[in-house]
Amino acid sequence: MSNINFLKPDRANLNTFLYLGSFLFFISILDVFLNSFFRLNLTGFLPNFLSFLLPLILGFVGLYFIRIEYSGIKNLDLLNKHINTNNFNAILSLLIIFIIIKSLPPILSWFVIDASFAGDTKDVCTGSGACWTYIKVWMRRFMYGMYPNAEQWRINLSFVALVLLGSVGYFATDKFKKYLTLYYVVIYPLIAFLFIFFFISGGPVFFDFSYGIIAAILSIIIGFFIPSKFKFYYFLIVPLALYVILKYFLFFEEYIELGKLDGLNWVETGAWGGLSLTFIISFFCLIFCFPIGMAFALGRRSEFPLIRYISVGFIEFWRGVPLITVLFMSAVMFPMFLPEDFFIDKLVRAIIAISLFEAAYVAEVIRGGLQALPRGQYEAAKSLGMGYWKMHIFVILPQALKLVIPGIANTFLALVKDTPLIFVVGLLEIVGMLNLAKTNPKWLGFAMEGYVFAAIIFWIICYAMSKYSYNLEQKYKTDR
Amino acid sequence: MNFKLKDIVPQLITVLAVVLVFGFFTYNAQINMENRGIDFGYGFLSQESSFDVQFSLIEYDGSHSYFRAYLVGLLNTILVSVIGIIIATILGVIVGIARLSPNYLINKFAAFYVEFFRNIPLLLQIFFWYFAALRALPLPQDAEAMFGVFFLTIKGLYVPAFIWQNFNIFFYSIIAAIIAIIVIRAHAKKVQENQGKQIPVFLISIGLIFILPLLSFLIGGVRLSFEVPVLKQLATTSFIYEGGVSLPPELIALTLSLSLYTATFIAECVRAGIQGVGKGQKEAAASIGLTPNQVLKLVIMPQALRIIIPPTTNQYLNLTKNSSLAAAIAYPDLVLVFAGTALMQTGKAIEIVSITMFTYLTLSISISILMNWYNKKIAIQEK
Repeated sequence: MSNINFLKPDRANLNTFLYLGSFLFFISILDVFLNSFFRLNLTGFLPNFLSFLLPLILGFVGLYFIRIEYSGIKNLDLLNKHINTNNFNAILSLLIIFIIIKSLPPILSWFVIDASFAGDTKDVCTGSGACWTYIKVWMRRFMYGMYPNAEQWRINLSFVALVLLGSVGYFATDKFKKYLTLYYVVIYPLIAFLFIFFFISGGPVFFDFSYGIIAAILSIIIGFFIPSKFKFYYFLIVPLALYVILKYFLFFEEYIELGKLDGLNWVETGAWGGLSLTFIISFFCLIFCFPIGMAFALGRRSEFPLIRYISVGFIEFWRGVPLITVLFMSAVMFPMFLPEDFFIDKLVRAIIAISLFEAAYVAEVIRGGLQALPRGQYEAAKSLGMGYWKMHIFVILPQALKLVIPGIANTFLALVKDTPLIFVVGLLEIVGMLNLAKTNPKWLGFAMEGYVFAAIIFWIICYAMSKYSYNLEQKYKTDR
Repeated sequence: MNFKLKDIVPQLITVLAVVLVFGFFTYNAQINMENRGIDFGYGFLSQESSFDVQFSLIEYDGSHSYFRAYLVGLLNTILVSVIGIIIATILGVIVGIARLSPNYLINKFAAFYVEFFRNIPLLLQIFFWYFAALRALPLPQDAEAMFGVFFLTIKGLYVPAFIWQNFNIFFYSIIAAIIAIIVIRAHAKKVQENQGKQIPVFLISIGLIFILPLLSFLIGGVRLSFEVPVLKQLATTSFIYEGGVSLPPELIALTLSLSLYTATFIAECVRAGIQGVGKGQKEAAASIGLTPNQVLKLVIMPQALRIIIPPTTNQYLNLTKNSSLAAAIAYPDLVLVFAGTALMQTGKAIEIVSITMFTYLTLSISISILMNWYNKKIAIQEK
């Protein structure tokens, strides 16, 4: 019994155990460190198996010795509290420390020390490390796809312009704040659309179905100024009337030609690609899927049974099938459903497919927010004499959307992560370009570098988005 | 009258719009198919498929029907999903609990894992494992054996095959053990409710599940032998392993990336669930004298499971649907075999894509029904 007491560290013999323990711990770490960084094996004289396990045993005994409660030494107490609470935790901590020390040298040498950065041919990549030259040479392809080199400024310019226009919300004064929703929901997407089609595509722009779209947008904008008493009848009659007027009295053509910018060459969507295509697709799907999802979320909670069934059917259908089959559908099945002379570009088809797919997820997220609102909010709004739309736009949706910011951010993250799937319809964004580049006979054997590069880019984008959504959540968190 | 009109008109307009859109689509589809000389019908399912699939769980070759090809794809999809769900659940639970560990290093390690794998697109991860990581494995002739029987090579993982004699007796013994455990549990519960005595159910269960199958070996004449894969030379530089079970690299890459990716989401669900149980519950349970194990088993887990299960169901569904990414690395799943090869050969776009979508819908709905049933079973019985 006394023997066990002797081995039990406590405050009485603090110094002995502290020095002994930290020494053993230090030795074990040093052994692993020297082993992995300098390939020295201090315990080489021991049998293989023992030499392998020795640092773990030494470290474990060391940690056991310094596990002294309330020692009065601040750092020791912190150490004990955080990584050394009991035997099991001590072993796990040691394992993690060893894994980190062991894995650092190979990772460092692959990424930096043995890697080749210079030059622009495969010949410079002789070391055992990564060949970043490959990334450097192919950088433009990874960023812009097959877009002609001389024209790439158009993409850059459009993106800069769109980012600047998008950040208007930060600088808006209180006076203009109330128009921000209108700006972001209607005007900004329109500008973005025009930018992409006039500038990045550069071809003559035709508007198919243009009457319908114009009539809908016009009637929605005018609808803001119609007294709510007549709103129902207004929306019953005016859009249709506008459509008829536009189609039969103003324009007679099949489609409206918006013309093209002089001096810009047309670049067909098949040549778009790389990271810029990822951005374009995520941007448009994000813009489209949000209103569609909101409409279906409201539809699912509608008091009209038929609308409810249709919404449930829509949502459950899209949520039940994988995106890849949806894209298959848009690629091989959708053209069968359209009139023969009617052609929709494959990028547009992909965007429509992804938007509808993500809209179902957005709808479910928003429905969660709508359900989480207390009944009192609905009743209060109704008792003020608000109609359905007024109640939802001014009372319900602002609160519900605040509640579901994390969920919506997750859906958008999923959307960004789903964009590589467009390889199904033959579009190559960054992952697709990587797969193309790695089959190039001049640059065989650099799959790893390419994937690591793309992974880093996607990781930064997604991590930034999730952190941003977290901040947004904190910002809009109102006490309830 | 006015009131009624307001009720009916929006519904009518919506239904009309939906009907119009569908009518437009079917009308166009009919015209298009007439023009191209394709006729609509599912008769092709019984025709001879005349294409081969590299990996199938049931016997299949080109002389079988398209329906058989569909079954091959479906079974492969289910195989990947089931393996992925099992691994992802185990990993997710471990990581989720690790994220709540008081140990700083474990905590941060788990957080790093979650943040790392969930922020990289799944397709990229699949490509990474398949084209980069698994391609770095040795050729069959250079592979070193793990434990003498497993061979991990560039052509896949070779594991020994089990060869059973009288397998049905072994199977019945396991069934018997499971039934016995259920009976004993029910009995133990009754005894505890009536007399307050505790029967060590867990130990008895473990004993039963080992002893009964063991008895089947000793008495029932069950024999188990292993067929270890053996290296065989096909040509001067071409080697292959024969015997045993071979798992193709596509399957390994797919299950690995699916489970690593989904485990991060399950880990977050588990963490949220355990954190969702109030601290007071734990303290109250401890203060009435329950042991830490009992606290976890009887107080924390039943409450946490209620929070964990609905989002985890979603993750299972996602995993099943994401398994369709197999098409990208040519693992013969439903999408590749049926919506890929079979579609190319027959040109029956509408039929095949609709069957594929309907299959996934059925899979999703059956998983969610199963999990809803389980969720209902453990839900709070409100009075």
